[in-house]
Amino acid sequence: MTRAAEAVRTSTKSDSSDAPAWPDEVHALLKAERIRQIAIVPDAGHARLIKLCEKDKSMRVVRLSTEEEGVALLAGAWLGGEKGVLLMQSSGVGNCINMLTLPIACQFPLLMLVTMRGDHGEFNPAQIPMGNSTQDVLEAIGVIVKRADTAADIVETVSGGLHLAFNTYRPIAVLIGQRALGAKDFRKLTGSAR
Amino acid sequence: MSKMLRRREIVVELLKGRGDLLVVAGLGAPAWDITHAGDHALNFPLWGAMGGAAMLGLGVALAQPKKKVLVVTGDGEMLMALGALATIAVQRPRNLYVVVLDNEHYGETGQQATHTGLGVDLAGMAKAAGFARAFKVRTQADVARLKKRIYSGEGALFAQVKVDPEKLPLVLPPRDGAYLKNRFRVALLGPDSLQQ
Repeated sequence: MTRAAEAVRTSTKSDSSDAPAWPDEVHALLKAERIRQIAIVPDAGHARLIKLCEKDKSMRVVRLSTEEEGVALLAGAWLGGEKGVLLMQSSGVGNCINMLTLPIACQFPLLMLVTMRGDHGEFNPAQIPMGNSTQDVLEAIGVIVKRADTAADIVETVSGGLHLAFNTYRPIAVLIGQRALGAKDFRKLTGSAR
Repeated sequence: MSKMLRRREIVVELLKGRGDLLVVAGLGAPAWDITHAGDHALNFPLWGAMGGAAMLGLGVALAQPKKKVLVVTGDGEMLMALGALATIAVQRPRNLYVVVLDNEHYGETGQQATHTGLGVDLAGMAKAAGFARAFKVRTQADVARLKKRIYSGEGALFAQVKVDPEKLPLVLPPRDGAYLKNRFRVALLGPDSLQQ
């Protein structure tokens, strides 16, 4: 475990006993690494982390219209001397591909935290094509991809991704699997018994 | 009708006496235009990333609230990122100035028409998104006012400058993106920024 990940492990605690602890730990990690600009297109899997970042005065949450805006934003942040992260759902990865040529060609550090859809236990057929090819398309354009498929693995994987991105000046994607997040159950959401 | 504004003359005028103005340019003609006005360490010309210029400018502006950031781009590049107008406007960056040199054409690919020649009002869209100031520029006197608003006024500002769709010789900035990035950071943040 990286030292930073270890430090936040022992210093954070979720305020509700059944809420997962990783969003609090990832928030603490981002704060410790002086991440200032938090670019987001929301996803349910990121909801708690987004809330924590919005409450944090040291962070600036930038809501995007589409994910590739965040890739350009964070290149600008680095030019101006700030660090940021991009939070999105896997369906947004497809929107980013051409814009990722910017951090690749210019060697900008970029960390993308991608919560998966179209992954373990998916209900919605429309999510499958992008979710199932997320890792492939990122790797094809030249992004290094790391996966976390258990809640216990998320903080360490994010910590490693932060170090890779900001120490070696390149785009890194951390994919947070549906197995770790829990797949959305539409039947439960609609109250349908089928 | 008076003769049309010429893009290179406008950019030379806007960048004359630029001081510590930070300048981002969209790919193609706007990148050649700012380079024609004089290659500069605080220029960041894009060689790709179409649709990214204004958002890149926002990232710089948020990171450097005490410096002014000027984005120079084209109508085709801006049309690819209309959502960015909304994203920028809600952040209310008082130090961000977006100047679109609108020649109503995709100049680099054979002068195909863009939407702006067919009634699409970019300045109107920026205004509706919530830019504090958004307007069209058509005359030399308008350019002088625009320059004053950039150097003495607050953003977020959006100017749609109607320009001649003339074909001009290319004036290329350095092509190495890592060099452009590090040159900009060293000029803005000092040599220690390379150790970060």
